[in-house]
Amino acid sequence: MSGPFLPSVASAEDSGCFLVSLRLRMPAPIRLRELIRTIRTARTQAEEREMIQKECAAIRSSFREEDNTYRCRNVAKLLYMHMLGYPAHFGQLECLKLIASQKFTDKRIGYLGAMLLLDERQDVHLLMTNCIKNDLNHSTQYVQGLALCTLGCMGSSEMCRDLAGEVEKLLKTSNSYLRKKAALCAVHVIRKVPELMEMFLPATKNLLSEKNHGVLHTSVVLLTEMCERSPDMLTHFRKLVPQLVRILKNLIMSGYSPEHDVSGISDPFLQVRILRLLRILGKSDDDSSEAMNDILAQVATNTETSKNVGNAILYETVLTIMDIKSESGLRVLAINILGRFLLNNDKNIRYVALTSLLKTVQTDHNAVQRHRSTIVDCLKDLDVSIKRRAMELSFALVNGNNIRGMMKELLYFLDSCDPEFKADCASGVFLAAEKYAPSKRWHIDTIMRVLTTAGSYVRDDSVPNLIQLITNSVEMHAYTVQRLYKALLDDISQQPLVQVASWCIGEYGDLLVSGQCEEEEPIQVTEDEVLDVLEGLLVSNLSTPVTRGYSLTAIMKLSTRFSSVNRIKKVVSIYGSSIDVELQQRAVEYNALFKKYDHMRPALLERMPIMEKTATNGPTEIVQTNGETESSDSKHMPSIAQPANQANDLLDLLGGHDVGPVIQTALPTKPASAGGELLDLLGDLSLSGGPAPSPTPSVTISQPPFLLDGLSSQPLFNDTAAGIPPMTAYNKNGLKIEFTFERSNPNPNISVITIHASNTTEADMTDFVFQAAVPKTFQLQLLSPSSNVVPALNQGNITQVIRVLNPQKQQLRMRIKLTYTYKGAPVQDLAEVNNFPPQSWQ
Amino acid sequence: MRFMLLFSRQGKLRLQKWYVPLSDPQKKKISREVIQMVLARKPKMCSFLEWRDLKIVYKRYASLYFCCAVEDQENELITLEIIHRYVELLDKYFGSVCELDIIFNFEKAYYILDEFILGGEAQETSKKIVLKAIEQADMLQEVGPIYFMKAFSARWAI
Repeated sequence: MSGPFLPSVASAEDSGCFLVSLRLRMPAPIRLRELIRTIRTARTQAEEREMIQKECAAIRSSFREEDNTYRCRNVAKLLYMHMLGYPAHFGQLECLKLIASQKFTDKRIGYLGAMLLLDERQDVHLLMTNCIKNDLNHSTQYVQGLALCTLGCMGSSEMCRDLAGEVEKLLKTSNSYLRKKAALCAVHVIRKVPELMEMFLPATKNLLSEKNHGVLHTSVVLLTEMCERSPDMLTHFRKLVPQLVRILKNLIMSGYSPEHDVSGISDPFLQVRILRLLRILGKSDDDSSEAMNDILAQVATNTETSKNVGNAILYETVLTIMDIKSESGLRVLAINILGRFLLNNDKNIRYVALTSLLKTVQTDHNAVQRHRSTIVDCLKDLDVSIKRRAMELSFALVNGNNIRGMMKELLYFLDSCDPEFKADCASGVFLAAEKYAPSKRWHIDTIMRVLTTAGSYVRDDSVPNLIQLITNSVEMHAYTVQRLYKALLDDISQQPLVQVASWCIGEYGDLLVSGQCEEEEPIQVTEDEVLDVLEGLLVSNLSTPVTRGYSLTAIMKLSTRFSSVNRIKKVVSIYGSSIDVELQQRAVEYNALFKKYDHMRPALLERMPIMEKTATNGPTEIVQTNGETESSDSKHMPSIAQPANQANDLLDLLGGHDVGPVIQTALPTKPASAGGELLDLLGDLSLSGGPAPSPTPSVTISQPPFLLDGLSSQPLFNDTAAGIPPMTAYNKNGLKIEFTFERSNPNPNISVITIHASNTTEADMTDFVFQAAVPKTFQLQLLSPSSNVVPALNQGNITQVIRVLNPQKQQLRMRIKLTYTYKGAPVQDLAEVNNFPPQSWQ
Repeated sequence: MRFMLLFSRQGKLRLQKWYVPLSDPQKKKISREVIQMVLARKPKMCSFLEWRDLKIVYKRYASLYFCCAVEDQENELITLEIIHRYVELLDKYFGSVCELDIIFNFEKAYYILDEFILGGEAQETSKKIVLKAIEQADMLQEVGPIYFMKAFSARWAI
C-alpha cells in the first residue's frame, strides 16, 4: 500500500483531468443502487456470492488504482456487501483515505465505513486519530459533527485520551449543535477512560442553564454518567437538584410546545432522563429526597396515561420514588400506580409493572399485598414473560394468612402452564407449603396434587425432601401411603411420584393392608395386590433404573411387614440375574440377606426413624472408615477431612499400629448413602442431591450393620443395661467422666456407652470435646454430645453416646483425649481407660 | 443502548449499529441469536425480552423489525418511544418509508440514526432539528470542496 493519506488536492480542473485519464483505463464502477438491484435479483445464495465476488474484484482493482473519484462509491458498495455478511476488511484503509478527503460526501461515507469496519480491535484504528482531530476543529459544523459522532460511538481508549481535550473544548462552545454532541462524546470518553472524568467537570458548570433541549438532554446524560461513577461527583452535583426540579416543572406546566411534543407531553425523553438523574441524586439523601418530593407527586398525578409515552414517564417516576427516601404516602402512590398498570390493556405496561413490583415486594410487602388478586389474575396472561413474573411475584406474596387461597390458584396454574414453568412452580409450591402449611393433611394433599399433576417435572432433589417430610409426619403415614398407592394405580409414568410412592409402600405397607387410615375411607387391599403393583413397576418400560431400584428395595422391605415372604424371595432371586447391574447387585445382596443373614433382616428393614432436617442440604457428616480405608461416596469426601484429622491425632498418640481410627459423627441425622450396600436397603436416600448414590465399591455383607443404627440420633436400644455397673473412666482436675452401659438389642456385639462429664470446680469448662480411640479389632462410633459446656459446681453434665462394636469379643480398651477451655486457657489431657467391667464387652 | 438491529421478517439484516466493540464473528453470532429469538415471538407477546444481561426491546413496523438491546437499568417504555421516533424520522425523510427505502438507501438510514443517537443515547429530542441537520448535510454533498463551506456553517448553524 502506498504511504500516508495525504488529502487529495481537489480542484475542479484536477479532478477533471483525472476523470478523463480514468475513463481511458476502465469503465466507471457501477453505482451503489444498481449493485443493490443486481444483487437482489440473485435467486440463490451461490448466485449472490458470485456476483459479490465479481464486484469485490472490481472494487479491489479500483482501490489499487488509487482512484479518488469513485472511492466513495466503491466503499459504499463494500459496506452494503458487508451488511449482507461478506468480508470487507480490504476497504479499511480506503475508509481512512475518504475521511482525509476534503469532499463532504467522502467524509460522510468514510466515517460511516470507519464506524462499521474500523472498531478499536482493528490495527489501523488509531490511524484515524489525526483526521478526527483535524475534523473536530473543522470550520464546518457538520464535519465536526461527523468526527464527534465517530469518536463518541467507537473511539478506543487511546484515541479518547488523545482527543479528550478537543472534546472538552467543544463542550464549552456556544454552538448547541456541537455542544450536545460533545456532551455525549464526553460520556463515551469517560466510559473508556474513567480517570479523565475530572477534566470535564469545569465544563459542566452551566450546562443546565441551556435552553436548547438537545443540550439539556445530553447534559443530563453526562451528569448521570459522572454521578454513577464517582461518589464525589454525586455529592458535588446534589446541589443541582433544585435546578433539575425547576426544569422538570417547566416541562410539565408549560403549554404545548410543537417542537418537543409527543402525544401531548412535552419532551418525554428529557423528563425521563431528569427523573433518572433525580433518582441517583436522591438515593440515601434525605434533603435531596425531600426537595424532589413535590415534583414527583405532581408528575405521578398529572401525567396523561392514555398512551405509552405517559406511562413511560410514570414508570420512571415510580422507580425514582421507590429508590429515594420518599415519604410513605408517596410510596403507596407509586405502588398504586403499578397496581393500575397491572390492569392496563397494554401488555408491555403489565410487564413493567410486574417487574417493578417484584423489586419492591420485599421492602413494601404490605402495599404490594393489596394488589394480590390482580397479580394472581396475571397468571392467566397469554404472554410468557408476564406469566413468569406473575408466578414469581405470587410466590413472594404467599404468607400464613393467604396460603390456602394462593395455593389453589398456584396449583391451578401448575395444571395448565407451559412445561418450562412446571419445575419452578412445583419447587415454589413445595417451599411455600413447607413454610406455611396450615395442617399436615393439607401439606400431604398439596404434595400429592403436585406429584400427580406435574410429577415428571418435579426436581430430582424433591424426592428425598418429600420422603423426609412424609417420614416426619408420623400420624399421616397411613393416609399418605394410601393416597400414594391409589395414585400409582392410576398412573405409573411420572417417576418422582412413583419413587416416593414405592418408598412409602415399602416403609408403610403394613399400614396399607391393615386398613388403618383415619383421614379417609380406608381401602381394602391385599398383600398380593400391593406386590403386584410394585412388581409391575419393575417390569414396566416407563420405569427408569432409579425407579426400579426403589421398587425392588420396597419389595424387600415388605418381607418384614408382609407375610408373603416366599413371593418376595422369588422376585428378589429373579432379579439376581438382571441385566441392570445396579438391580442385580441389590437383588444378590437381598438374596444373601434371606439366606445367610436372615437374623439381621428385621433390624435392617426396620421402620425409619424421624429424621432431623438440618438447615442446608449439605454433604452428610457420617464418616465411615474401616481398618482398611474404604472409599466412601465421593459426595462425602469434604466432611471426612475433619474427623480424619482428629483420628490421626489419636493414632499418632497411640502408636498408630494396633489401633483403629475413630469414627466420629457430628450430626448423624441423615442416612448416609455411602459406604455400604446395606445402607441402600433403606431407600437410597441421598439428601445431598440425586435420588440414588453412585455405586460404591461393593462392600460385603459382613460390614457390621451397626453403622445403620447410627442413623438416629438416639441409640436404638430398647432395654437398659441389665445390671452392668457404671464406671468412672476419668477423674482429674475437677473433671469427672463416668461411663454407663447399655447393650444394644438385638445386636449383642454392640455396647452402647454413655459418657457423663461433670465439673466440680467453680468455673465452667467450655469448648469441651471428647475423643476416643479403640484397638483395631473394634469399631467405635461417637454420636453428638448434648452440649460442649460442662457447667461448674456439678450444675449439670454433658452426655455423649459411644457405640462400640466388638465382634471378636475382645477385652475393651480405650484411649481418650479431652480438650476444653478453662478460665480462658486451653486444657488438654489424655488417658487410658482399661477398667471396663467384663459384662460390657463379653 | 448497546446495539440496534433492523431486520426483515425473513431474518435479513437491513441495518446494524453497534455501540460496543465486538469482533465480526461475535456480531454475527449475536445478530443471529437475537433475530431468531425475536422472530419466534408471537403477536400477543410483550415487546420485551430478557437476553443474557440485557433487555431486548423490539417493535415491528410493517415488514421490518426494529430491535434495541439496552442495559438492565434502562426504561423499556421510553426505549419503545426512541424506536418510534426513529421510524418517524425515517418516515418524514423518505416520505412514507418502507423497507425498500432502507434497503436502497441504507447509508441515509445510518446518517439519520447518527444524527438522532450518539454513543447509544439520544442527542436530540426535537424531530425538526434532526431533520434540518440531515437536510443541511445532504446539501453539502451536492456542492464542491469544503472550503466553500465556511459560508454555509455560519449561516446554517443550529
